Amino acid sequence: MAIDTETVRKIAFLSRLRVDDDKVQATEDEFNKILGWVDQLQEVDTQNVAPLVSVNENYLQMREDKVTDGNMPEEILANAPMKEYGYFAVPKVVE
Amino acid sequence: MTDLTKLTIAKAREGLKKKEFSAPELVEAYAAKMAENRKLNAYVCETTEQALEQAKTSQEKINRGEGGDLEGIPLGIKDLFCTKGIPTTACSNILKGFVPPYESTVTTHLLAAGANFLGKLNLDEFAMGGSNETSAFGPVVNPWSKDVPLVPGGSSGGSAAAVAANMCAAATGTDTGGSIRQPSAFCGVTGIKPTYGRCSRWGIIAFASSLDQAGPIAKDVRDCAIMLKTMAGYDAKDSTSARKEVPDFEKVLGLDVKGMRIGIPKEYRVDGLDKEVAAYWDKAAQMLKEHGAEVVEVSLPHTKYALATYYIIAPAEASSNLARYDGLRYGNRVDGVHLDDMYINSRSAGFGKEVKRRIMIGTYVLSAGYYDAYYLKAQKVRRLIRDDFIKAFEKCDLILTPTAPTAAFPIGDKSMQENPITMWLNDIFTVSVSLAGLPAMSLPIGLNQQGLPLGMQLVGRAFDEESIFKAAYCLEKDVNFVGVK
Amino acid sequence: MSGMIINGKTGDWEVICGLEIHCQIISKSKIFSGASTHYGSDVNENVSFIDAGMPGMLPVLNKQCVRQAIKTGLGLNAKINKYSEFSRKNYFYADLPQGYQITQFQYPLVGEGFVKIDLEDGSSKNIGIERIHIEQDAGKSIHDISPTKSFIDLNRAGVGLMEIVTKPDFRSPEEAGAFLRKLRSIVRYLGTCDGNMDEGSMRCDVNVSVRRVGETAFRTRNEMKNVNSVKFVMQAIEYEARRHVETYENGGTIVQETRQFDPLKGVTKVMRKKEFAHDYRYFPEPDLLPLVLDDAFIDDVKSEMVELPDAKKERFVHELGLTPYDASVLCEARETAEWFEKAAKGHDAKKVANWMMGDFFAMLNEKKISLEESPITPENLGKLVELVTSNVINGKTAKDVFVLMAETGKAPDVIVEEKGLKQVTDTAAIEKIIDEVIAANPGNVAAYKGGKVALMGWFVGQVMKASQGKANPGVVNQIFKSKLA
Ligand SMILES: [Mg+2]
Ligand SMILES: [Zn+2]
Repeated sequence: MAIDTETVRKIAFLSRLRVDDDKVQATEDEFNKILGWVDQLQEVDTQNVAPLVSVNENYLQMREDKVTDGNMPEEILANAPMKEYGYFAVPKVVE
Repeated sequence: MTDLTKLTIAKAREGLKKKEFSAPELVEAYAAKMAENRKLNAYVCETTEQALEQAKTSQEKINRGEGGDLEGIPLGIKDLFCTKGIPTTACSNILKGFVPPYESTVTTHLLAAGANFLGKLNLDEFAMGGSNETSAFGPVVNPWSKDVPLVPGGSSGGSAAAVAANMCAAATGTDTGGSIRQPSAFCGVTGIKPTYGRCSRWGIIAFASSLDQAGPIAKDVRDCAIMLKTMAGYDAKDSTSARKEVPDFEKVLGLDVKGMRIGIPKEYRVDGLDKEVAAYWDKAAQMLKEHGAEVVEVSLPHTKYALATYYIIAPAEASSNLARYDGLRYGNRVDGVHLDDMYINSRSAGFGKEVKRRIMIGTYVLSAGYYDAYYLKAQKVRRLIRDDFIKAFEKCDLILTPTAPTAAFPIGDKSMQENPITMWLNDIFTVSVSLAGLPAMSLPIGLNQQGLPLGMQLVGRAFDEESIFKAAYCLEKDVNFVGVK
Repeated sequence: MSGMIINGKTGDWEVICGLEIHCQIISKSKIFSGASTHYGSDVNENVSFIDAGMPGMLPVLNKQCVRQAIKTGLGLNAKINKYSEFSRKNYFYADLPQGYQITQFQYPLVGEGFVKIDLEDGSSKNIGIERIHIEQDAGKSIHDISPTKSFIDLNRAGVGLMEIVTKPDFRSPEEAGAFLRKLRSIVRYLGTCDGNMDEGSMRCDVNVSVRRVGETAFRTRNEMKNVNSVKFVMQAIEYEARRHVETYENGGTIVQETRQFDPLKGVTKVMRKKEFAHDYRYFPEPDLLPLVLDDAFIDDVKSEMVELPDAKKERFVHELGLTPYDASVLCEARETAEWFEKAAKGHDAKKVANWMMGDFFAMLNEKKISLEESPITPENLGKLVELVTSNVINGKTAKDVFVLMAETGKAPDVIVEEKGLKQVTDTAAIEKIIDEVIAANPGNVAAYKGGKVALMGWFVGQVMKASQGKANPGVVNQIFKSKLA
């Protein structure tokens, strides 16, 4: 499967990464090289093979419903690049 | 007096107990070695003063006849483990300045056992790389380098180099597709990636959740056993952590391997396999045979698809795991007019090239219309790869392979820089083991003609690290590898 | 027939609607962390490192959230899936710290079910449930504090949600309204969600399309996100359906889009379109293993089920003799039904119901207080009814006693005693008064005997007046009849 310039831009946006205009072509080429290489998987017969989601053979353990965490707004905000009135602050979100 | 930094953990422990030297003296010796070798760029953050304080406490415990398994042992910590109050960056600009208000489970275990932390070790950015060249702090230099600076391997390059250059008694590493084993091989040290689920991932910065596993890099097999015993264990905070008793791995060292079946996977004899690597492989098999082990050929038919499978699954998980680095709650922010601008600015400035490449590949293989062809397909092939191992382990108890197809290569190698796939091929012998979630160790087998170390990999059944330790200890004695001078 | 038909210029159209309801699960701690779910705490107070999406943090599933969703599933007659999986839904947003929402996608916890709704014309209809899955809530963005910045509070981030998805079974706004009220009643009965749409603990997404009467295929639908009251949901459906009909009849087409309902203007408008459409890149959550439940777990949840409104209503009608209308009013809220049952215990249930539906609710309304704040206890209302049925007081006195109970909170027997309101049933005393009345009114006695039997009421009234209302009117009537025969 080959990808095009438009897909590169879409993937970049979904990843929230900038691909400068002069790099789009190179990125597209590199993508196609990598995707061409992984395409070798298509030759493997996987009919009737269930996807392997986890190598763990056990199932999920659940925890009891107890409040054991929280109450530490200072630590939560300690690394914040911008904070005000106890909130994390970001540029205005416009809908 | 002997160079304290050359002591193994086992020897240092003995010396401390016998009061041949003190814990602070040990830390000071390492601090001097760190300063001397600073040009190797193994540490990205040195915490020797703090280690000295820890050592004083350790010494008091030792004096009282108390203390844990690692009391007074100076360790280096891969900068992927969150350490409370100490900067933790994953060697990425996006996390520069991040100081975790919490301690990872694995490092908590080590601290509780009395270890003293010398500092944080360099790695490929977010553990994505096989040469340590993607680090935002620059590459680590392999201590075995002669005229040309060589890579230490990756991603735990700082860990392997620090252990090789005696800049710590042992180090923590993490392994997603070979990140403990390949640098261990490149630096002539011993490292084990335990079974997936053996060590808690809580507090370790995630790369690919279904593959990431912590493990030790140390000077020898025994030290790996000591370290792993402390690092491992069920953790209720990690839902993928295994509820399994952690054996005392040291106990099996010296037990004989008579009757043990060693599998040699025929598919690993890849075209163009380095002749010296192939010769050492045969030699290792021969050594085990002489100890009474039986060498059998096994087949892992889907081996050739392991790399492609890995390079779909790992980037897919990474693309999601790294979405949290958005400049909002921690890490580096580059402002923008709108929220999306801020995200794009922060992430574009914060992530390096290889990380961006993998995020985008991962985003692509999960996106609408491509999921089935790539991600789902890779998960299915992953099952086939794991089933290969299960079948092979019906015929053998351990699998022996080279760790990497070559010895360490020069920093800035052109062919690797130009084509990411060439770089990725370094993981060819390690990734399938990671995909299957199995334990595997790399230990030095000898030097090639250029005088560079090569490693052998021993792979075990799930949760059977003991067989690995048994055979590795046996090999180690025969090999009698001498570390870097 | 409760379906809504829109008579267009070119023919009749049918409304098709489905709902997705997000219900906040009642639990002490969050679905994947141990932080409190308490509403109204200080900013970022109930936040763990997990909720803040800090590096290396991992989710651990809260058992209570699973139990609550199963309980809700049982209440909606749905299939509980013993195998379910968690997935990540990837998107960037300021109040989504991890950059993904942990939810369920391919394998939800609860499968198909149905809810019976009661319509105004007395008919009922089953609405199909497609699935219920559990997931984490996002934090809150606050936009109105600063003109240039948005502020993020993560207290809500990670609170457990059940997303209830219906089949496209609604054919009118009325049906959707009846469903939401019924659902709210059920989750409140079960104690799995407090059902407050205005506080956002129950949030509704509305999918609407139309088709010509007789058409079998569905046409393109539009989704309206987060409509926050039953009334608005009904208005949104009606507006949107009419908009679709108008669009089609004017030769236009409906494109699938997300719209927003503006409750002030009563219209829907398209939400700002993103440069690229959302692509959530769902994939199995590698930090959580599949959730596998056994019969014992599900049976244990079953054992905690309570009688639901429909069953309770049935019982009130058939066993207690209530009218269907009274029963459904009393059963809408569990607290009311339980209050009623307490009051009716051992007394005439139908009379207790009359009191509750009449004077009692009027009193609550007038005082603007809730059931729990009522000065009259259920036991005392029961006693009051008993005093009437056992002829201790008569109906008229009971009204006065009720007013005093509401004022003082005293028990009715205490009030009757204190105020000397006991009804006179002593026939000798009554007879004496009757004789006096007969003696004093010979004219009316003659008229009565002459056939003017309607005068009996007047005679009884005279006796009641003379006894200050305490005579038992039934007894008075009887004695009069025999004396004047
Ligand atoms: Mg939805
Ligand atoms: Zn949802």
